[in-house]
Amino acid sequence: MSGFLPTSEDVEEPDLTEAKTEDEPGRARIEGRSPWLLAWQRLRRDKVAMFSLAVIVLIVLMAIFAPLAATITGHPVNEQYRTTGLTADGLPKGPSSEFWLGTDDLGRDMLVRIAYGARVSLLVGVVATALTVVIGVVVGLAAGFLGGIVDTILARLIDVVLSIPFLLVAIALVSITGPSLLVTVLVIGFFSWASVGRIVRGQVLSLREREFVEAARSLGASNRRIMFVDILPNVLAQVIVYASLLIPVVIVVEATLSFLGLGLAPPTADWGGMISESQNYYTTAWWFIVFPGAALLATTLAFNLLGDGVRDAFDPRSDRLIP
Amino acid sequence: MLRFLVRRIVLGILVMWLITLAVFALFFIAPNDVARTLAGRQATPETVALIAHRLGLDQPIWKQYVDFVSRLLHGDLGYDYYHQTPVTQIIGAAIPITLSVVIGGAIIWLVMGVFNGVVSAVRPRSFIDRSLTVFSLFFYSMPTFLLGLLLLYFFYFRLTLRGITIFPAGGYAPLGEGPGQWVLHMVLPWFTLALVSAATYTRLTRASMLDVLGEDYVRTARSKGLSERRVVMRHAFRAAMTPIVTQFGIDVGALIGGVVVTEYVFSLPGLGKTAIDAINLQDLPVIIGIVLFASAAVVVANIVVDLFYAVLDPRVRLH
Repeated sequence: MSGFLPTSEDVEEPDLTEAKTEDEPGRARIEGRSPWLLAWQRLRRDKVAMFSLAVIVLIVLMAIFAPLAATITGHPVNEQYRTTGLTADGLPKGPSSEFWLGTDDLGRDMLVRIAYGARVSLLVGVVATALTVVIGVVVGLAAGFLGGIVDTILARLIDVVLSIPFLLVAIALVSITGPSLLVTVLVIGFFSWASVGRIVRGQVLSLREREFVEAARSLGASNRRIMFVDILPNVLAQVIVYASLLIPVVIVVEATLSFLGLGLAPPTADWGGMISESQNYYTTAWWFIVFPGAALLATTLAFNLLGDGVRDAFDPRSDRLIP
Repeated sequence: MLRFLVRRIVLGILVMWLITLAVFALFFIAPNDVARTLAGRQATPETVALIAHRLGLDQPIWKQYVDFVSRLLHGDLGYDYYHQTPVTQIIGAAIPITLSVVIGGAIIWLVMGVFNGVVSAVRPRSFIDRSLTVFSLFFYSMPTFLLGLLLLYFFYFRLTLRGITIFPAGGYAPLGEGPGQWVLHMVLPWFTLALVSAATYTRLTRASMLDVLGEDYVRTARSKGLSERRVVMRHAFRAAMTPIVTQFGIDVGALIGGVVVTEYVFSLPGLGKTAIDAINLQDLPVIIGIVLFASAAVVVANIVVDLFYAVLDPRVRLH
C-alpha cells in the first residue's frame, strides 16, 4: 500500500530548463504561469489525487448514464420483481446473471438503484456545497471588509450558527417541512456556511490592509468592486480547498438524513436509504448493505483524497492527510 | 483572567439568546399549526383551540416570545402531551445515557487520535506513519451509521464464543447495575463515535508535533543529552497540544450529531434517539427541548474549552 502513496519526490517542482529555446542557448524563455496553472500542474503529478479524480469521474458517469443501466439490465429503477427477484421465502436474492448485484427486500435490482442513487449523492453534494460556499463567502467578505457594526453582527451570527447542533436541528426541520431534495440542500447550506464565513472573514481582515486595496480605493473603486474584484480572487484558493473537502462531508450528511428516514421520500433510490432498508436483512443478504455501502465509501474516500491533493497543490507546504 | 471569563460568559449568554430567537422563529412562527400537531389527528376543533389558548398561541407574537423565554429561564421546557410528562423529566432521563456515550467515545477518540499522531510525527514518512494515515483516512470517510452497522455485524453477529454473543446488539445497562454490563453495552457505540473523528486529531497532532519538534528548544533539550522519550513526551508534546484543544472545542457540536446517529443505530435511549423518536411522533415540545438543551450544552462546552485554552496559552487572554 505504501508504494502507492506519493512521496515528496513525486511532487517536485517543474523543470524550468525545459522551456529553453534552441536558438538562444543558456537563456530560459520565461513563461508566465498563473497560480492556478501552477496548482493544476502540481495536482496532475499527484498520483493519488488523479486516481481519485478518475474514480469520481466514473461515479459521475454512472450517475449520468443511470438510465442506461436500467435499459441494459431491462429492470426499471422502481420495478419490483416479486417473483423473479425474491426467494421463495420472500427474501432478497444474491448476485446472479439476471440481477448482477442482487435484489433488495422488495425485489428491485440493486445495480440499477445504486446507479440512480449516485445522482442524489452527487447532486446534493455539489449543489449544497456551492450554496454553503456562496453564503459563506458573501458573509465573510462583508464582515471582514465593511467592519464596524456589520462585522460585529455577522461575527456573532457566525458564532450562533456554529453553536447550533446541526444534525439535530436539521432533522427537526426536515420533519416539519417534509423531506425533499430542495429542503435537504437548503438545510445543509443554511447551517454549514458559518465555517466558510469564518475562514473568509479572517483572510479579508488582513487583505484589506494591503496596498492593492488602497490603490483600488484611490482609483475611486466602490466597496462592492473592491470586495468582489480585488479581494475575492485572493481568498478563492482557500475557498476552493475548503469546498473540495466539504463535498464528502455533505454527501455523508445527506446519506445520514436518508438513513434516518428524513432524506428523499421512497421509492427514490438513495444510498443512505438503501443502507437503512438493509438493516433487517443484511446478516443474511450481505449484498444489500455491501454494495451501497461500498459505493458511498468509495465516493467519500475519493473526494477526501482529491480534496487533500487540491490543498497540497495550492499550498505545497501544507500538512497533508497522506504524508 | 476574570475579565476574560466574564466576557466569554456574556458572549455565551448572547449566543444562547439568539438561539432561542432562532428556535422560536423556526418552530412557532414557521407555517405549521403547532396546536394541531400537538392535539393529534383525531382532535376536535375545540381541543385544538384549547391547546392553542393554553400555549398562548392566540396572543401576539412578541408576547408569546416573552412567555417562551421566561418559562425557559424558570427551567421549564414545557409539557410533553404525548408521554404526559414534563419535557425536563424526559431530557433528565436521557442525559446519563448520552453522557456515557459522549465521554467514553471522546476519551477513546482523543487518546487514539493523539497517540497515532505522536507515533506518526516521531517517524514521519515511515511505513507506520503511512499505514496510520491510510487507516484514519478510511474511517474519516466512513459515515457514522455505516460504521455502526458494520461493527454490529462483525462484533455482534459474527463474534461469538460457543454460540454466545460477547457484545449485546444495543440497548443500555445503567452504570448503577454493575460496570461490567455497562462497558459491554458501550464499547461498540464508543468505537463507532471515536473512529470517525480520530482522523482529524491524528492529522492535527502529527502536524503540530512536527512543527514543535523542529523548534530550537527541542534541539537544546536533545543536546543536553535527554532521552528521546523525555524530549518527545515532556518538551514537545505539551507545547503541541494547544491546537488540539481548540479543535476539540469546535468539534463538540459535531459530536452531538455523531451521538444522534450512534444512539439510533445501537438503540440507546439517549438524547439523540429520544429526539428522533419525538420527530417521528411529531412530538414538538420534546424536539424543541432537546434542540435548546443541546445548543446550551455546546455553548457551555465551548466556554469550558476556551477557558482551558487560556490556561494552556496565556497569550489568548490578551485578545
